[in-house]
Amino acid sequence: MKSTLKESLPLDKEHWNMIIEPRRNLLDLRLGDLWRARDLVMLFVWRDFVAYYKQTILGPLWYIIQPLLTTVVFTFIFGSVAKLPTGGLPQFLFYMSGTVVWSYFSACITKTADTFITNTQLFGKVYFPRLAVPVSILISNLITFAIQFGLFLAFMGYFAMRGSVLHPNWWMLMTPVLILMMAGLGLGFGIIISSLTTKYRDLRFLVTFGVQLLMYATPVILPISSFPERFRWIVLANPMTPIVETFRYAFLGGAGSVNLPNLAYSLGFMVAVVVIGTVIFNRVEATFMDTV
Amino acid sequence: MTTVISVENLSKAYRLGQIGTGTLSNDMKVWWARLRGKPNPFLKIGTADHGNRDGETIWALKDVSFTVEQGEALGIIGRNGAGKSTLLKILSRVTAPTEGCVKVKGRIASLLEVGTGFHPDLTGRENTYLNGAILGMSREDVRRKFDEIVSFAEVEKFIDTPVKRYSSGMYVRLAFAVAAHLDPEILAVDEVLAVGDAEFQKKCLGKMGEVAQEGRTVLFVSHNMVSVRSLCERGLLIESGKNTFSGGVDDVVNQYLNPANVQEKDDYSIQIGVEHREGNGKIRFREWWIEDEVLGKGRKVRSCNSCTFRINYESKPGEKLVNVSLTLTIKDNYGQPILSASSRFINSDFRLIPQSGTLSCHFDQFPLAPGTFIVHLYSSIQNEMVERITNAGTFEVIAEDVFGTGKGLESHHGKVVVKDFSWSIN
Repeated sequence: MKSTLKESLPLDKEHWNMIIEPRRNLLDLRLGDLWRARDLVMLFVWRDFVAYYKQTILGPLWYIIQPLLTTVVFTFIFGSVAKLPTGGLPQFLFYMSGTVVWSYFSACITKTADTFITNTQLFGKVYFPRLAVPVSILISNLITFAIQFGLFLAFMGYFAMRGSVLHPNWWMLMTPVLILMMAGLGLGFGIIISSLTTKYRDLRFLVTFGVQLLMYATPVILPISSFPERFRWIVLANPMTPIVETFRYAFLGGAGSVNLPNLAYSLGFMVAVVVIGTVIFNRVEATFMDTV
Repeated sequence: MTTVISVENLSKAYRLGQIGTGTLSNDMKVWWARLRGKPNPFLKIGTADHGNRDGETIWALKDVSFTVEQGEALGIIGRNGAGKSTLLKILSRVTAPTEGCVKVKGRIASLLEVGTGFHPDLTGRENTYLNGAILGMSREDVRRKFDEIVSFAEVEKFIDTPVKRYSSGMYVRLAFAVAAHLDPEILAVDEVLAVGDAEFQKKCLGKMGEVAQEGRTVLFVSHNMVSVRSLCERGLLIESGKNTFSGGVDDVVNQYLNPANVQEKDDYSIQIGVEHREGNGKIRFREWWIEDEVLGKGRKVRSCNSCTFRINYESKPGEKLVNVSLTLTIKDNYGQPILSASSRFINSDFRLIPQSGTLSCHFDQFPLAPGTFIVHLYSSIQNEMVERITNAGTFEVIAEDVFGTGKGLESHHGKVVVKDFSWSIN
């Protein structure tokens, strides 16, 4: 045992495997560590999936009930009562497409925003690449998204059979890119907020509320053309707008269209937020135990 | 030998007091000042900028430097709050140091706690994989060692039961078993051995010793001098954030238990910090000494002879001291209790004692063998602890010709002496 151990150790005089210092380089993000922890990421995903619905009666059915009820309520209030325009699309499908996409983004952001607070106990006792937690949240929410997306496709089929005019098109192939962009935006904003909540707890309350408000500035309920001229710039500045619009157009067709410059704007926004978020997160990770 | 850990001028500052209220506006001011090239407006003059704004800062660690060789078992000893845990936290990368650095060769795994990340709803099997991954094992590593882990923890029958149904003993055993099979090149452990029943503690200690013998490096932080001594060959003493002494483990343990400042000539006062005094303080012990017929007043006593411990106390004016119970406990220099003389045992609690005075505890035959011992004092009033001092100072037991034969009483004969025994054959 002794000899094999010695052989396996690269113990030359000057080589240190790890140096623990007060402050790391801003751009030393240790993404290699994260890659080596991929087993851990997958176990976190699996733990969240298994543990979340343990001891519930309906179990994974909850994944379907939530968006379904939201869509029904939206259809009733905004469609039947308020009679808001949906650009000629069936109201139910219009709201559902918006809800399914939005709920992925909103789950990503609100759950990653709690990373440091909910894992204080764990982070305080053992080191592993902290980014493993937010990344695992993105992936486990992806499972939820896949189930809800399947539900959406099923309803699409049902409406098509009933004779609704739908125009699904080749933009559907963009779906993985759209998901990636939403995941990136959710992760970026989420880890920025989680980094700041270690010091300023107020943000915790702000985030759920803020995400809800942001939904009204995204064409989830209203098509972009129906927003009053004065406020349209807010909707256009919102990086989620092109994603929701593109998704809806790709699967349902109708009055909307795909605006490539707007999509490129969202992509750029996403990259910027992820980079800034990762840098801040890495910075906070080193000493958050002292301030949390 | 190769140096595998090199700690260089390591310091860690903590900010005292409330963190949170008003920090946003203060942070803005600090940031604004920095932007204009002005000094931090919240920093006190004469202190260096460590990123701390308001409130006092304390140095949990200050300029700690040491090295650890490969295959060495190093025991880190110190009182509560001395900075041991902070040191271990920095080594395990849970928090970053304020100044200085640590260089490490090889994979380091630290156990600040067992069972970190266990999820109550998951089964033992599932938690083993999860916990292993959190501690840095790959799924393949865990699969390979799974059977070994389960049999070490003795939970074979319950491995597919959610851990929330486990008894606390089973839970801790499984948690330790996972940690014990990590196989890192360097293992840093914090008091985790203080878990489970005595039998399992022994098993854990054995496992740790095994790890050390395999040529791995072990850093062991503990209050338990017996396990530190049996596990480590080198020791490091940390006092108020500084490493004050390092060397062979016996020397370091002695240094820790017998601080030189306690015993000065003709000064029998009890010198202790606030953290070493417990109880509501109705009675405060001030001094103690021993009176021996031959040696006189001092902190020396002859083995197996009569002697009297005298303890001087004070209390606040107007305090009513009724039904006072007193206990004198004597511990060896590893902190293990050897004997206790309590007024409670012999139904002689004090009905009423004055505001100050000297209490006496007499022994006809003081039954200890030569060596150094620690005095532990305890007092309670109506079952409520008023004063406890776990280390009130040490005294010396001087060798005597106890049996009148000139024989016996070497160190391997134990710590207690009895005279009234006989041998016979039937």
